[in-house]
Amino acid sequence: MKRSIIDVPDLTPEELDQLMDTAEDIIAHPDDYADACRRKKLATLFFEPSTRTRLSFEAAMYELGGNVLSVTGAGTSSAAKGESVADTAKTVSCYADIIAMRHPKEGAALVAARNASVPVINAGDGGHCHPTQTLADLLTIRREKGRLGNLTVGLCGDLKFGRTVHSLINAMSRYEGLNFVLISPEELKVPSYVKNDALKKKNIPYTQTTDLEQVIGDLDILYMTRVQRERFFNEEDYLRLRDSYILTPEKMKKARPDLCVMHPLPRVNEISVAVDEDPRACYFKQVLNGKYMRMALILKLLKEAGTI
Amino acid sequence: MNVDSIRDGIVIDHIAAGCGMKLYRLLGLETLEAPVAMITNVVSRKLGRKDIIKVDAAINVNLDIIGYVDPGATVNIIRNGELKEKKRIDMPEKLVNVISCKNPRCISSCEQELDQVFHLTDREKKEYRCAYCEAKASSL
Repeated sequence: MKRSIIDVPDLTPEELDQLMDTAEDIIAHPDDYADACRRKKLATLFFEPSTRTRLSFEAAMYELGGNVLSVTGAGTSSAAKGESVADTAKTVSCYADIIAMRHPKEGAALVAARNASVPVINAGDGGHCHPTQTLADLLTIRREKGRLGNLTVGLCGDLKFGRTVHSLINAMSRYEGLNFVLISPEELKVPSYVKNDALKKKNIPYTQTTDLEQVIGDLDILYMTRVQRERFFNEEDYLRLRDSYILTPEKMKKARPDLCVMHPLPRVNEISVAVDEDPRACYFKQVLNGKYMRMALILKLLKEAGTI
Repeated sequence: MNVDSIRDGIVIDHIAAGCGMKLYRLLGLETLEAPVAMITNVVSRKLGRKDIIKVDAAINVNLDIIGYVDPGATVNIIRNGELKEKKRIDMPEKLVNVISCKNPRCISSCEQELDQVFHLTDREKKEYRCAYCEAKASSL
């Protein structure tokens, strides 16, 4: 049966575990999957700029032995002529076996999923959801820490607008023994509806602070995000806040030896390049894990649709 | 103040005071040619004050709209001058084309052919969220 993935809660915790198991198996035995999607086509419909996510989907399909049809930028597609998302989805379903779509409008992936006759994967719909980033994050945590529960997870930077942060909090709130440390300027705290739905209702402990250095030594995971200039009215405030959350080798000295530093990328200056040499820096592994989770997801959806 | 009783039509009663006009607008009663009485701030033992709408025509009203505006309201169906049916109202789980999403980044804001769909996400808080972007419905 055709099924689409718009957000992480579309997958049960068991399915998330199975996807991570598949990803691990792909990592261990890539040759076993080299022809898994032979003669199948993935359409990547990217109506707003993206480098990593689109390439990750395309690399994933190629490594499964499949092919890729690609649309990049609304200006070069029929969307520029005013075609609706619904019609685009119906049309592309005639050419491809599965669709990965990024669109600037929130909810666009849901509209595509309802109208496509093939599975649709949301590759980001505006500031709304980006589920495959969260899949990459979960696999990274599981591979680096060996578990997804019993962890102290620090989230740092723009916790107000960062969709990856909200999605990760929601996804991880399904696991036992977690403790969240939310590190952000007052202006960019996690919205109360996220805290209510994901943390308070489930009695998950969390603390909020503005001081990264004070708490870095308590963390098993440090998930950094970018403080975005466009969120501020005042340039001075932006510069003051941005610079207070730069992760440097000096700050890393206060962290645990087994800390796992993550970032959804792209970074600007919030993680000093010098930290890249630190074995605790996991953000480029996170990129690689994203490809494996996308491979696992493509496989799962094509199998469920009876395509492979 | 007296408003004549109606022979064939509906009476929406026990509307929380102040919600009558919202309901009138959302139900599109201003487009009816039949007589419509909008009575506000009536003394009520149950509510203190309430609004009442009387429609002197056997029309079908969208109960979802009434449930969304005021789930405490009641709908009385009048036929041949008699009370034929009294309907209790509940908050609908889903609203279709009743309210529209105000989020300018929502796909429903630019693709006009899409239905405006909202789901009830918190019954206690009377909270509805857009089915596409999950933005909270702005209060009436």
